[in-house]
Amino acid sequence: MSTALETVSWVITPYVAMAVFLVGHYWRYRYDKFGWTTLSTQIYESRLLRWGSPLFHFGILAVIVGHVVGLLIPKEWTAAVGITDDAYHLMAVGLGAVAGIAVVVGLILLIMRRRLVGPVFRATSRMDKLMYVGLGLVVVTGMANTIVGNVIGHYDYREGVSIWFRGLFFMNPRPDLMAAAPLTFQAHTLASLALFALWPFTRLVHVFSVPIAYLWRPYVLYRSRDTRMGERRGRRGWENVEDGSRLP
Amino acid sequence: MKLMAQMAMVMNLDKCIGCHTCSVTCKQTWTNRAGMEYVWFNNVETRPGQGYPRTYEDQHRWKGGWTRKTNGRLALRSGGRLKNLATIFANPTMPGIDDYYEPWTYDYQTLTNAPLQEHTPVARPKSLISGRDMAIQWSANWDDNLAGGPELAEDDPVLRKVSDKVKLEFEQSFMFYLPRICEHCLNPSCAAACPAGAIYKRSEDGIVLVDQDRCRGWRKCVTACPYKKIYFNHRTGKAEKCTFCYPRIEVGQPTVCAETCVGRLRYLGLVFYDVDAVLPAASVENDHDLLEAQRALILDPSDPEVVRAAEKEGIPRDWIEAAQRSPIYSLINEYRLALPLHPEYRTMPMVWYIPPLSPVVDAVSETGQDAEDRDNLFAAIESLRIPIEYLAELFTAGDTGPVTDSLRRLAAMRSYMRDINLGRDTDEKIPRAVGMDGESVYEMYRLLALAKYEDRYVIPPAHTEQAHSLEAFATGCALDTEGGPGMGGPGAGGPDKGGPSTGGEVWLPMPGIRRSGEGT
Repeated sequence: MSTALETVSWVITPYVAMAVFLVGHYWRYRYDKFGWTTLSTQIYESRLLRWGSPLFHFGILAVIVGHVVGLLIPKEWTAAVGITDDAYHLMAVGLGAVAGIAVVVGLILLIMRRRLVGPVFRATSRMDKLMYVGLGLVVVTGMANTIVGNVIGHYDYREGVSIWFRGLFFMNPRPDLMAAAPLTFQAHTLASLALFALWPFTRLVHVFSVPIAYLWRPYVLYRSRDTRMGERRGRRGWENVEDGSRLP
Repeated sequence: MKLMAQMAMVMNLDKCIGCHTCSVTCKQTWTNRAGMEYVWFNNVETRPGQGYPRTYEDQHRWKGGWTRKTNGRLALRSGGRLKNLATIFANPTMPGIDDYYEPWTYDYQTLTNAPLQEHTPVARPKSLISGRDMAIQWSANWDDNLAGGPELAEDDPVLRKVSDKVKLEFEQSFMFYLPRICEHCLNPSCAAACPAGAIYKRSEDGIVLVDQDRCRGWRKCVTACPYKKIYFNHRTGKAEKCTFCYPRIEVGQPTVCAETCVGRLRYLGLVFYDVDAVLPAASVENDHDLLEAQRALILDPSDPEVVRAAEKEGIPRDWIEAAQRSPIYSLINEYRLALPLHPEYRTMPMVWYIPPLSPVVDAVSETGQDAEDRDNLFAAIESLRIPIEYLAELFTAGDTGPVTDSLRRLAAMRSYMRDINLGRDTDEKIPRAVGMDGESVYEMYRLLALAKYEDRYVIPPAHTEQAHSLEAFATGCALDTEGGPGMGGPGAGGPDKGGPSTGGEVWLPMPGIRRSGEGT
């Protein structure tokens, strides 16, 4: 039997964060396509960005892959294909450490650049700052997990956090598993949930614009003016009132 | 053959007085916004000069345009698809704000609220990038009229290509102006480099546009455009570019830069081209063959076969007629005066230039000789190596032949027309020397010197009736509803709404109404 605090932290909060994440993105895409951008500041400064940005981004991509594997693939499955616990562990910690260090170094460079390069700092919105705090917390607690879970003590998240995480999607939340996890894992989870809730309202939305289709689309695109005008639905609020045909 | 229409521009450089009116009116219309302070969709460069942004023509450095690979295929100089994605987190060759210039405003408030003091208060320049006091050290036209002298002009990448002895010969300086807008290329490298697919070419008129809702600010287009005519709006985080004033073009009006051009040096009109022929033309092996390939792309709108192809593609009759009346085809392929800017970038640019004869004329007058005499001019065209080679580097990938031909035709016109103006008998040897006859020289003169507004700008309005039927509900008359007073006439709303069902006459929206609502 879990306490009320556990239920709030590990059942209600995750669902709320997920809902905000999904609805937020729908809302943002629907009403703010114009604001949907990376908001690059490269035109102000390139030297630090050239190192910081690729380090952070490639690092975080590897981290995301690691999280998908670690959280979504049950331990029994990897065991079934013959990956021993030790081998998995070695791989996860090894690759994770490299990616993690890239992310940390990249993020430090990028935050330094944000703060120290005048024009870049001037172009930093309050939402950006909040996002950096969230991102920083998630990265710091995440790195702490690696140390706490592997170096100081031993905690196999695949028997705890991962099962709780998957349970959320099967409507079978297990708050007891999270309650039993080490403090840093709890902190990392809460920080991540906060970041997910913040996500749709920040520049992080650009993650969902990864231009993979660029690899196979034709180089030069042609678009017709007329068909586009016909296809395009009028924006809400611009319906032809007298006509009424635009009303749902 | 798949025929398409393209709005194109020709600029007669001899007439440009470098007044920058086009730049200013364009800026007032399109780029007077935060984040766009440094952006000039239209700028006028003094050549020789570094251009804007500085040395943008040095493609070894800036990696714009296409290159031809040994297997005969084109590749983006900035990198193919994979490299483009791999460098998406930090563009390795994007110009920084310093390569343009740091935009500024002045602290005007000081002028009114400074306390009483011995000296007049001064409005200091404040950077619009950092917000701090700044020293103004560069701008879009720092080397205007060769200001800064040889030290600045020496860094002109085109001049460097022409000669290493330029330093010595710079005393015999020459100068002309080069107004530049987006080239609305047939093979646009900016569009090819856009990972998000936000840049597209309009299939009706070939205008290249950035979809602001789709642009994600990846900045690849900025690098890929060899003319550096895509700018990054640092406030919105989106790419912006010259729109060829499409809202004006759609109602039959010229672009703002053309409309306000004091020297009346711009010509606007439709040309037809075969879209399937673009890539082969852009891929010819020898750089010197690019001009001829590009000329051949522009089809003769009076050729019955071309007209048939246009009709097959559903191009409306009035558009075909506009293409036939358009001054562009004749300037490019009939008189063969107009040349594209840097064909070696292989983007097939659609803003063409009539090279300036004025450096040649100036050189002849300085010697005290008659600068309207055919023999003097022809001799000067042959002997003025640096200006001719310079023009060739700009317009023909370094091949002096077509530039010389174009200038010789201008020179012939000059001396032929002098005889007419002085009431003397014309010398038919003059036009013959440049492969023309007296009548066509006179026609050419009319087009270059006298052409009126309607002759310079032949712009058929967009066919809004098609859009109208598609979007009838948004644009139809409110009275045309069932039972409404407008029911009597043919409804504009299409068959489903009481409009004509036989595809007969369609009522056009009155262009005059839109025109009056649009401030110019």
